[in-house]
Parts: sequence; structure tokens; C-alpha cells
Amino acid sequence: MKAPVLDVQHLTMRFGGLTAVSDLSFSARRGEITAIIGPNGAGKTTVFNCVTGFYQPTEGMIRLTHPDGKEFLLERMFDFRIAHKGRVARTFQNIRLFAGMTVLENLLTAQHNTLMRASGYTFFGIVGLPVYARAERAAIDKARSWLDRVGLLARADDPAGDLPYGAQRRLEIVRAMCTDPVLLCLDEPAAGLNPREADDLNRLLISIGRETGTSILLIEHHMHVVMEISNHIVVLDYGQKISEGTPQEIRNDPKVIAAYLGVEEEAMQAAGGAG
Amino acid sequence: MEYFLQQLINGVTLGSIYGLIAIGYTMVYGIIGMINFAHGDVFMVGAFIALIMFLALFAVGLTAVPLALLLVLLVAMMFTALYGWTVERFAYRPLRGSFRLAPLISAIGMSILLQNYIQIVQGARVKPLPPVVTGGYRLWENDSFVVQISNIQIIIVMITVALMLAFSWLVGQTRLGRDMRACEQDLKMASLVGVDTGRTISLTFVIGAALASVAGVMFLLYYGVIDFFIGFIAGVKAFTAAVLGGIGSLPGAMLGGLLIGLIETFWSAYFSSEYKDVAAFSVLILVLIFMPTGILGRPEVEKV
Amino acid sequence: MAAAMPERKLDVAGALKDAALAAFVAFGLFSLVLGLRTEQSGLTSALQLYPRPGLLFGAVATVFAGRFLIALLFRSNLLADPARFIPPQASKGIAFIGRYAGIGLLVFALIIPVIFFDNRYLLDLSILVVTYIMLGWGLNIVVGLAGLLDLGYVAFYAVGAYSYALLAQNFGFSFWICLPLAGILAAFWGVLLGFPVLRLRGDYLAIVTLAFGEIIRIVLINWQSFTGGPNGISGIPRPSFFGVPFNDGPDGFAATFGLSFTPSHRVVFLFYLILALALITNYFTIRLRRLPIGRAWEALREDEIACRSLGINTTHTKLTAFALGAMFAGFAGSFFATRQGFISPESFVFHESAMILAIVVLGGMGSQLGIAVAALVMVGGFELFREFAQYRMIVFGLAMIGIMIWRPRGLVSHREPSVHLQEKKPIPAAVVEGARQ
Repeated sequence: MKAPVLDVQHLTMRFGGLTAVSDLSFSARRGEITAIIGPNGAGKTTVFNCVTGFYQPTEGMIRLTHPDGKEFLLERMFDFRIAHKGRVARTFQNIRLFAGMTVLENLLTAQHNTLMRASGYTFFGIVGLPVYARAERAAIDKARSWLDRVGLLARADDPAGDLPYGAQRRLEIVRAMCTDPVLLCLDEPAAGLNPREADDLNRLLISIGRETGTSILLIEHHMHVVMEISNHIVVLDYGQKISEGTPQEIRNDPKVIAAYLGVEEEAMQAAGGAG
Repeated sequence: MEYFLQQLINGVTLGSIYGLIAIGYTMVYGIIGMINFAHGDVFMVGAFIALIMFLALFAVGLTAVPLALLLVLLVAMMFTALYGWTVERFAYRPLRGSFRLAPLISAIGMSILLQNYIQIVQGARVKPLPPVVTGGYRLWENDSFVVQISNIQIIIVMITVALMLAFSWLVGQTRLGRDMRACEQDLKMASLVGVDTGRTISLTFVIGAALASVAGVMFLLYYGVIDFFIGFIAGVKAFTAAVLGGIGSLPGAMLGGLLIGLIETFWSAYFSSEYKDVAAFSVLILVLIFMPTGILGRPEVEKV
Repeated sequence: MAAAMPERKLDVAGALKDAALAAFVAFGLFSLVLGLRTEQSGLTSALQLYPRPGLLFGAVATVFAGRFLIALLFRSNLLADPARFIPPQASKGIAFIGRYAGIGLLVFALIIPVIFFDNRYLLDLSILVVTYIMLGWGLNIVVGLAGLLDLGYVAFYAVGAYSYALLAQNFGFSFWICLPLAGILAAFWGVLLGFPVLRLRGDYLAIVTLAFGEIIRIVLINWQSFTGGPNGISGIPRPSFFGVPFNDGPDGFAATFGLSFTPSHRVVFLFYLILALALITNYFTIRLRRLPIGRAWEALREDEIACRSLGINTTHTKLTAFALGAMFAGFAGSFFATRQGFISPESFVFHESAMILAIVVLGGMGSQLGIAVAALVMVGGFELFREFAQYRMIVFGLAMIGIMIWRPRGLVSHREPSVHLQEKKPIPAAVVEGARQ
């Protein structure tokens, strides 16, 4: 049993009278891919927003543990601090790239904090110390290697907003990876992708887990993606956890099937067929 | 005590004027989420139209005050409403779907345009109007101080109350009001279910401008002097009122207007009249920092 | 309005209809306010009305003709696509010229004092234009790069001017000591204001900065004992050539360098001084854009939420933009004070902020060259045609609206990437935050 990288305990999020997530507990283990699935409106994105600090949870605890044992209580941290100190990176359901900046600039912006330090908080950079030039070269090399991996190297100097949809999804993922995250949170990375692109995405995510040791937390509707790459699945319905387990267990859980029946019956069948 | 009472009366009068302007800000903000920066200048144009109408009526020998006042109010509302309509059509409608700062920059351009247009066509000097409505009542009297309420103050408060009631009825009970509320909830959805959003937005500007013109008429009668610059300061204060009351909320705009009027009046009365604008502007900054949803506003949840 | 039906071909009847409607509306708009002039014959007499039918007719006819032409173009599908207004090749051409135009303008600026050494008026005008260029470049950091709309920019200009005036008068500090101090003080005020308000949404921020600008102005007017009130501060020390004064005495500039004395020396010096300050502003901006902080500003303009998800402290990032913009305004302000020798709150009204903002907006938010050209045209152009000076702000207002409608990222709208791997390609305006939601 691997140690948990993320431990969520009794998470509750209310908006006025609406309870979006209620008393949710689960954990994600280091180096694994954990998926959160559930019908539309089940509260998946809300969980993500709580983990990444965009929402302040009403109740509950979210503990992140780094490989060196350092612990962070995310429910008490601001969003940018969670990303910077906690090293939690995320993508968004409706892609949020810096559309008017080039692909390369997007990836350098992701390395902002590293580069800021190297530029002596701008003071060394403005006088042109070699320290900064070196750091920038390293940052570009890192960006280059990630772009190469997702087949976007040729488009490095094009504005991100000009890329086709699938490429934008990949770019958003590698932009998140450029922050060297401990935990990568992906909000429906396969949405809108064609089957071939979805397969590529599967391979990318598996290789990320394997090669960088980054743990992945994933929200996804494509059961094909979820079932194939997840090590562990948490199922939400109406803000509550109704099931948890390996893909095999989830597939055979009657409660999950009931929750999905009528909602995404075909999706479940497709998942069953794929497995 | 007498002094306090007198200031209270003055503050409520001033607050009524701010409240009427604030409604224009809050309605437009509620529906298309933009600050109509030129709204204060529309108010100023309304005051000028009123001034010219008064002079024209006097010139043709119409001196019966109630009739003149009624005529001026109607004409000012009509013509100012046309300005409101034009402003929206010309400067804001083409920008729907543009980037987020575009409407605001365009509105600032419109504000500059209106101010300088009036300055050029009517001159930069202040324009006095002899008192039209005179007289008043002594409410309270002791040896040192008299508390009085003038007829114009009574008229201002009464017209404001009447307009507020009419306007609440309009928003609450009519088809147009329903369309406006629908647009406020969700513009795209409203158009999908068959609300003519373009027309509703136009009418919102028209109504806002008409109310601002009434405020302009009252400002002119109350102070007896206007210039091309009154819209800027009054606009910022009325915007402050809208924010204080909770932007997007109509009762909030009225409440905020009253509060700003009172704050300004009491500040001038008890502290310093030179810094009365600083008081209003400081309220704006403090409210936006510490209470951005205002008194009656709804909190906004950031969409991630 | 007519853009809704762009398929038709040369639709004269439709255009006439549009024009008639527009003329009708225009008649309504202008009839009272423009058609009748209120005039006071004496100081105490009542206002009188004077009809101006000719002007009214002219205005309505102008609207009719203008609307007819525009409607004809739109209805006939000639202008349906605003991008065709300036074809892409032309845009590319402009960008190409732009590279050399910048150098050309700089060279021209450098030799202005040589060419116009004896033309005091033109030298003064050049100083004015370059001051606005510098203010535009300073505000560009805030508005163009970081995407924060600052309507109270002139407040920092005022802080710089008053800082210099008060420091120089009360402590006898020289210009070269006061200049950095004024910049630091302005930046300090920027941080002071920015810290609480930079969390606000864009439009709220604009109003708050406007309120702040007004507060500063009102305080300057009313704090008589400190600022001299509405009368301002006069007798502000003039700059010296690094300690050598510009006078006709034996220690003066002319005597020291063996030249015959002329007041132009000081004006020329002032011109080079503001040019140097402006170029420093420009240099800094260009450098900063290539550093992580500048990239973070632009990213902030593009998508603030994404910035936060990447661990960028958006408050600090905005604050640095705000403070740096304020600092350059402070430098410009202290230059203004030393050039004029006299300052008063009159010089720091909202119209100034609006004008600087208009220059940035017209020039193309983020484009250094565009801002310089906009300042040159809008400030210099109107000074040269004095008789139209009263129309300047009207043109500014109209231009701001027009630019937002047709070219939201300004006349020079290509964005230059800050870094490139293989090839540097200018980014078309259509994808930059500026043309899309």
C-alpha cells in the first residue's frame, strides 16, 4: 500500500442553501491515477476547486503530503500558494490558456516562480546578470522537452489560441507539468477529444505518472479513459460518495450502475465493453 | 437638534437626486454587467435640456409654475431618453462580446464626448436659472434657529417617491419588467426563451436616462445653477450610492442614494464642506474594499 | 446597426432609410441643446436663448450624409468584416514600417533641438509631446501589459510634481536627488492605494482609481498650509546641468562651456532630459516584458484564474505593475514641476488621466511605438492647429469609442512575443485579449 499524497476528510461545500459536496472522504495514493467520476452536477468540479483553493470549503480537511514528508493543509491556503508551495497543478474544464501568448510563453509563464527567483525578483534580470540567462535557457529546454513529448514543438512560436482544440488540451496539461507538480488535477482532459486523441492522452497520462512520479487526480466522463488508466476510482452522486475502488470493482458495483442508469447508460456499457 | 433636523431634510433631498441617478447605474449593471460611465453625463445633458426648456417657456410667456414644471419634466425625460438610447446604440451595442475592458473604455470616451459637446455648444460658463419654485414651511422655531422645508424640497422628495413607486411597479408587474429581470438573471438564456434582449437593453438605457433627467431637472431647480461638469461628480457619487446599496439591486440604489446624500450633507455640516467630495469618494473606496456586495446586493461566486 | 444584414448589394434605398432615421434621431438630440444657445448678456442679467437654425441644420445634414455613406458601405457588404478595413498585408506592412519607424522617430527626436534650436515654440511643444509619450509608456505598463484600467494615473504624476516642488523648496535638494525620491514616493503611493484595491474586478478598480485621483486633487486644493492650495507652488528651482546653472553669470552653463548665453540652452537641456526619461521608461518596459514579471503581467491580462492555478501571486504581480507605472508618472511629474517652475492642482484633473489613457488606448495597448505616434498626433497635432484645440477632447472621446468598435487593440495591434524558439512571429490582434471575450 502506497502512502496517500492527498487525504480528503469530511469535505463539505455549501453555496447558500445548496450543498454541492457533503461529507466526502477519500484519498489519492502517490504515483497513482485517481479518478473522480459521477453524473453531471455530482460535485466533481467543486471538489477540485476546493483542493486547488479556488473555493474555501465550508467544512473538512484536505491534507497534501510531499514525497519528503512535508504536509500541507490545503483548506487553509490560498489558490496560488497551493500551486506554488503545495505544488498542486490543475487544468480547467473550459481550457484556460493564455490565448494571446505563444505556446512557449505559456510554458515559461508556468515556470514563473522558478524564473522569478533566478531573476533576483527582477533586479538581476533587469541588469542582465548571466544567472538569469542561464535559468531562462533551462526553462526553455524544459518547455522544449515537454512540447516534443506532446508533438507541439513545431508550434512553439504560434499563439496558443490558434491551436486546434485537442492540442490546446495537451498544451494545458504540459503547462501544468512545467510547474513540477506533486499532484496534477485534470478536469475532464478528454472532453471533446476524438478517440485517437483520447488514446494519446491515456499514454501521456500513464507516462507522466511513471516518469515524473506525479500523482494524478482526474475528473472524466469518458469511461474509456477512466477505466483504462485509473488505479483508483471515487464515484460521486449528488455531492456524496457512493462507491470507491478499483476499476474492476466500480464496474460491477450495482450502486454505481444505478446512479448512471438513464444518465449515461451507454457510457457504462461502453466501459464494460472496453474492459 | 434643530440644526440636525435641518441637515436631515437637506440630506434626504440630495439623497433623492442621487438615488434617481443611481437607478440608471444599477439597472445597466444588473443587465449587461457594465458600468455606464457616461450616465452622469446623461444626467448633465438632462439638466441642460431642462434649463433650455424653462427659458423657452419663459420666453413664450408661460409662467404658471406647475404647468411649466410638468412640461419641462416631460420634455426633459423624452429628449434625455433619446440620448440614453443613442449612447447605447452607438457606443455599447457594437461592443457586445468584445474584451472585458472595451465597454468601459468606450463609456469613458462617451463621457468625455458628452461633456465636451455640451461645453462647446453651450459654453463653459455656469448657467444660472432664477428660482422657479419658491416658498416653504417653517417646521420648528426657537430663538436661535429655524428648521424649514422649502417647497422645492417637498417637490423633489415627492416626485422621487412617486417615480420609485412607478418604477417598482414597472419592474415588478409588467411584461417589460419581467423581461428585464430575466435578462438580469441570464442574458443568453433570456434570449433563448424568446425575450428580445436587444430591445430590453435599449429600454433599460431609456428608462435610466429618463430617471436621470428628472434628477437633472431637480438638481437645476434645487441649486439654480448648472455647468457642463456637474455630471462627473454627481455621476461618481450616484455610482457610489449604487455600490453602497448593492449594485444590481433597485431598492439598494434608492437606499444608497439616501445614505450618500445624508453622509455628504452631515459631513459638510459637522466637519468640512471642502472635503465633502472626499467623504463620498472615501465611502466608495471603503465599500468596494470591505463590502463589495453592498447592503442589499447578492454575493458573486467566481466561476472557475 | 446595419451590420446585421451584410449580404445585400449596393442597397441605396436601405441606406437612405437608415440615414433618414439617423437624421431624425440627430434632430431630436440636437434640437434643444445645439439648436438653442443659452447666453448671458451681462454678469447679473438672466440667461437668454438664441436660436441657431443653421448650425442645427448643418449638424443634422452631416449625420444624414455620414450615416448614408456608412450604411451604404455596410449594407453593400463592403465593410462587413472590420478586418478588411485594413487588410492583413497592410497590417504586415505597418509592422514592417514600424520596425524602422521607431528608429526613424528616435533619430528625428534626437536632432529636433539641432533643427529647431531657435524655435522656442516648437521646442516647448516637443517637450510637451515627449512628456505625454513618457506618461503613455508609463501607463501602458499598467493598462496595456497588466490589463488594469487606471483612471487616476494623473494622481501619481501630481505626487511626483509636488514631491519635487516641496522637497526642493523645503530642503533645498537638487533636481537629481529629488527625481528618484519623487519616483519612489509616487511608487509608494501606488503600493499604498494598490494593496487594498487590486483584488477588485477590472471595472471597480477603474472607478476606485478615479476616486483616488479626485481625492488627491481635492486634498491638494484644500491643504493650504502644505501644498499652497489652489494657488499652487511657484518658484520651484529650475534644473541645473549637473550643478551648473543655466544663467548668464560667470558660473553659468554658457560661460562654463564657452558659449554665448541664450535661454534656449535650458530648453534644449529640458528636451534631452525628458527624452532620456522617456527612453528609460521605454527601455525598462521592453526589458521587463522579457522577464518573468512582464510575462506574468501579460498572462494576468489574458487569464487571471489560470495565473493563480500556476502559482503566480496575482496581487504582488499587479502591485508591481501599478507601482512601476506610478513611479514613471512620478518621474514625469518631477520633470513637469522643474520645467514649469510652478504647479497647481489645475494641472492634475481627471481630463489629464483620460487623455493619457486615450493615448494608450489609441496607440494600441501594449505597443510602445503606437503610443508614441498617438501622443504625437493627439497632443502635437492639436497644438499645431490651435483653432481646433477646443475640439481635442471631443475627438479623443470619439476616437476611444471608434477604436473600441473597430480595432480594440489600437492602431498598432500586433503583439510581439517576448521569447521564441525558432522564429519570431507577430501575434495577430484577434487572439490577444482584446478581440475576444
